[in-house]
Amino acid sequence: MEDIIVRYVSRFILPFVQLYGLYIVLHGHLSPGGGFSGGAIIGASMILYALSFNLAEGSKKLSHDVSSILESTGALIFAGMGLISILLGANFLANGAAGFPLGTPGNLFSGGSIAIITFGVGIKVASTMATLFYSLIEEEHSHEHH
Amino acid sequence: MRKLLVLFFLAVIMVVMVATVVEMPTIGDPANVTNNEVPRRYVEDSLRETGALNVIASILTDYRAFDTLGEATVLFVAIAAVLSNLKAH
Repeated sequence: MEDIIVRYVSRFILPFVQLYGLYIVLHGHLSPGGGFSGGAIIGASMILYALSFNLAEGSKKLSHDVSSILESTGALIFAGMGLISILLGANFLANGAAGFPLGTPGNLFSGGSIAIITFGVGIKVASTMATLFYSLIEEEHSHEHH
Repeated sequence: MRKLLVLFFLAVIMVVMVATVVEMPTIGDPANVTNNEVPRRYVEDSLRETGALNVIASILTDYRAFDTLGEATVLFVAIAAVLSNLKAH
């Protein structure tokens, strides 16, 4: 799709959408939202990029190798925090009981492992949405060529 | 005959569902069985125990983090299945 209005508007709002998604992920332990909703916003911004510009440029920004690394990183952050809790002598995925610093409630650095787990979930959801969209669209394109 | 049977079963399902809805507790009633010590602990102690202002985040990623890990695993398995299916073609 080549439409100059769509391209200019999305070029203008994309940074704000991505910043907003990042804000929701990073403030998951302070304000409404969290890893799933913020990751969905970031993933939607990548889908909007591919829809308004052409698909080849969109896939270049997030290749299959990068997206598979991001997927695994998100899951590994989550499970790794649980294993760190075990290493610190508490239950799997324990937070305060494992001795993670809880900080002052309301600060950005508070809540122990919650912020880190939210960040991992955010990475994972964003790359899942974008990868699903890109691979389904690519499939359609390759069918058209054959 | 078949239509009558379908109508009969639909009527049975409707009776069961209406009976269930009638028996459901009213929303927001303090005497509900779901208003027990579990939500009270979340509301009263989650700030002290987790240090997170967002109670929902503290439930999702601290009290019930194992459930959320399962959700993330579902996402992971779903995308792995889709990609392996698409790549196979």
